[in-house]
Amino acid sequence: MIEAPRYYVPHSSPWPIIGSTALAITAFGAVSFIHQSTEKVAAEGSFGEPIFFIGLAMIAFMMFGWFGIVIRESVKGMNSVMMDRSYRMGMAWFIVSEIMFFAAFFGALFYARIMSVPWLAGAGNNLETHVLLWPEFADTWPLFMTPGGGITEAMEAWGLPFINTVILVTSSVTVTFAHWALKKNHRVLLPIWLAITVALGTTFLTLQVIEYQEAYGELGLTMGSGIYGSTFFMLTGFHGFHVAMGTIILFVMLLRSLRGHFSAENHFAFEAASWYWHFVDVVWLFLFTFVYWF
Amino acid sequence: MAVTADHNIPNRSPLMAFLSRWLLTTNHKEIGTLYMWLSFVLFFIGGAMAMVIRMELFQPGIQFAEPLLYNQMVTLHGLIMVFGVVMPGFVGLANWQLPMMIGAPDMALPRLNNFSFWILPFAFTLLISTLFMEGGAPNFGWTFYAPLSTTYGPPSTDVFIFGVHLMGISSVLGAINIIVTIFNLRVKGMTLMKMPLFVWTWLITAFLLVMVMPVLAGAVTMVLTDRHFGTSFFAAAGGGDPLLFQHVFWFFGHPEVYILILPGFGIASQIIPTFARKKLFGYHSMVYATASIAILSFVVWGHHMFTTGMPLTAELFVMYATMLIAVPTGVKVFNWVATMWRGSITFETPMLFALGFVILFTIGGFSGLMLALVPADFQYHDTFFVVAHFHYVLYPGAIFGIMSAVYYWLPKWTGNMYDERLGKIHFWTAIIGVNMTFFPMHFLGLAGMPRRIVDYSLQFADFNMVASFGAGMLGLTQVLFLYIVIKTIRGGKKATGRVWEGAEGLEWTLASPAPLHTFETPPKFPTPEEDYPRD
Repeated sequence: MIEAPRYYVPHSSPWPIIGSTALAITAFGAVSFIHQSTEKVAAEGSFGEPIFFIGLAMIAFMMFGWFGIVIRESVKGMNSVMMDRSYRMGMAWFIVSEIMFFAAFFGALFYARIMSVPWLAGAGNNLETHVLLWPEFADTWPLFMTPGGGITEAMEAWGLPFINTVILVTSSVTVTFAHWALKKNHRVLLPIWLAITVALGTTFLTLQVIEYQEAYGELGLTMGSGIYGSTFFMLTGFHGFHVAMGTIILFVMLLRSLRGHFSAENHFAFEAASWYWHFVDVVWLFLFTFVYWF
Repeated sequence: MAVTADHNIPNRSPLMAFLSRWLLTTNHKEIGTLYMWLSFVLFFIGGAMAMVIRMELFQPGIQFAEPLLYNQMVTLHGLIMVFGVVMPGFVGLANWQLPMMIGAPDMALPRLNNFSFWILPFAFTLLISTLFMEGGAPNFGWTFYAPLSTTYGPPSTDVFIFGVHLMGISSVLGAINIIVTIFNLRVKGMTLMKMPLFVWTWLITAFLLVMVMPVLAGAVTMVLTDRHFGTSFFAAAGGGDPLLFQHVFWFFGHPEVYILILPGFGIASQIIPTFARKKLFGYHSMVYATASIAILSFVVWGHHMFTTGMPLTAELFVMYATMLIAVPTGVKVFNWVATMWRGSITFETPMLFALGFVILFTIGGFSGLMLALVPADFQYHDTFFVVAHFHYVLYPGAIFGIMSAVYYWLPKWTGNMYDERLGKIHFWTAIIGVNMTFFPMHFLGLAGMPRRIVDYSLQFADFNMVASFGAGMLGLTQVLFLYIVIKTIRGGKKATGRVWEGAEGLEWTLASPAPLHTFETPPKFPTPEEDYPRD
């Protein structure tokens, strides 16, 4: 019988404790920062903002160091086939948890559209609520006028959002081209396709910023303009944050590929990045369909 | 536990060596120990809060806890017990046991394991520090319903929100690690349907964690933006709905209660066969029952919301789906009883706790069935009957599960046998205390005593006094438990590798105490004809 390969177990690492300290500092800083900037509670003299950013910087430092040793272990050939499978499974389940995070906000969106807005307009057995509280309120989606009287315009799906859809779907294709190039060990095409993908991600984010400016400046569509604005900014905002993360990750992959990392057989970091990118893309397709289009 | 880590760092002061060992460790046994101690410490903090609650309820009227303090105690007691005691307790057991039970050298992602643990002390420091903040700690109950947490929440609510985020990150990463370990690092020959049941139940629990902890993160995020960034998810004036909060929360919350009990099922399924000296009855049905319970848990959250004016159809669906869960649960109870049938049973402390678990958890299950009935729930809702119900499934359920596991595996961890006489005293005082505390609450609830209120009407006085006496007894006996654990760590009768005559599984093929690194080369998993090697 063939001896099973020894599973590599690192014996100690400073990075996790740096990471958990960083998370705690970030959380503490975020609370003080929010209290400071919303001025709802007395928070003079607290250093929320710098603490928050120090925490974020520490998280970045931790990722740099932690991923650094993982890369070095991989380069040294310490990773067995089993180890590789652990990383793959770990990444896959992480994406599952991310899907569920978005599911919570999609749940809120569907609940508002199917339940709460019609109910506020008197659907079901809620006629009294409607008549007694907000008789003027009409059931529309996008919700142009909230029961409380807040007014907004809707974001048009076939302008910037549609362009962004095309951009993101294209970037999913280009990242796959980069993967194919890597698998054929084509070291020129790999960084080119990766760079195009990063550029597309950056363009997406830029257009998103322009879209937000338009929403706030011209449409009166803000986080405060009722459940339409709430779900709109929560979903597109967290998605945008994920695109930003994905773009940074792909940019790191670009730098690594230029440094000669990855081989045609062994490049899980690249694959994980592309899985993440496809995940972000699919979330966007749902977003485009249910937030902008229908 | 005289185990020294093999870090090659010479000439360090004892303090630095201690810190570097526990802060930087990637060893599943050391991390398991850390989890268990965190759980134990928080058990006493959360328990002290329960004592405040019971002392206040000792007599009608307000003794010493102002309503605001009382509400803070109720909230933090719930949060600490759920997120700080039961979950880390089970994760600690998983860390210690899973690799040894499946013949793995460690958890699949050891550094991530350290990260998952060390987030928690920070998270609970944040949470407990809210007690000393202006406006006090969160006071809206562990369920933090909107608008109590949005419009009316104290400033410390934001600390609570980020604390929950940290706990969520810890749980999700820990769960991913457990899933990957179980799927990827099993010894050759151990197919899924040959895994010990503790491994199975943890696999399913970890799946639930990955599915629902992010939803909790979403819920607290929406509370945060509603509080500070003008969104109106839970505000009707903006087109949202406070009820939406309950839907999102209980979509997390109901699977969460199975997260709190499924590993306990696994523990009972390990311990009962050992002391009945028979193989577990109905292994396959146990696995399928656990999976069915987990799947059903995703479609029954509405039973927490029967009195919110849900549509009748939804109430009926949720009612029937909830009662359906009684079927797989009944299968499990039946199997535990059938395992003992005609076994040659001995009643060591782990077995006593496991039996207490089976019997008292079943009582909690039955009161759960009563609560699942829509018309009956209209009467029971928000009364002490609910408090009685969930304490019966959590204290003699989850906590007894952890305790029986600690007695069962402590000899393996420390190499010493615990004091059997003290263990039995602990068990009997605990089981009398548990029943004295929580059984009268059924009557209180049926008679209409509302939960989460600092004061009550005179007619509830007698049962409350009984419950408070019971709680005192239950609390004190846990100090004995702490003493027993420390005593066992420090010495005692040496344990054999096998420890228990009827014990089966890879972890018992190791020496006691288990060396720091085990199964660095995979062990041999016996075929059905073979027995596990005996020492």
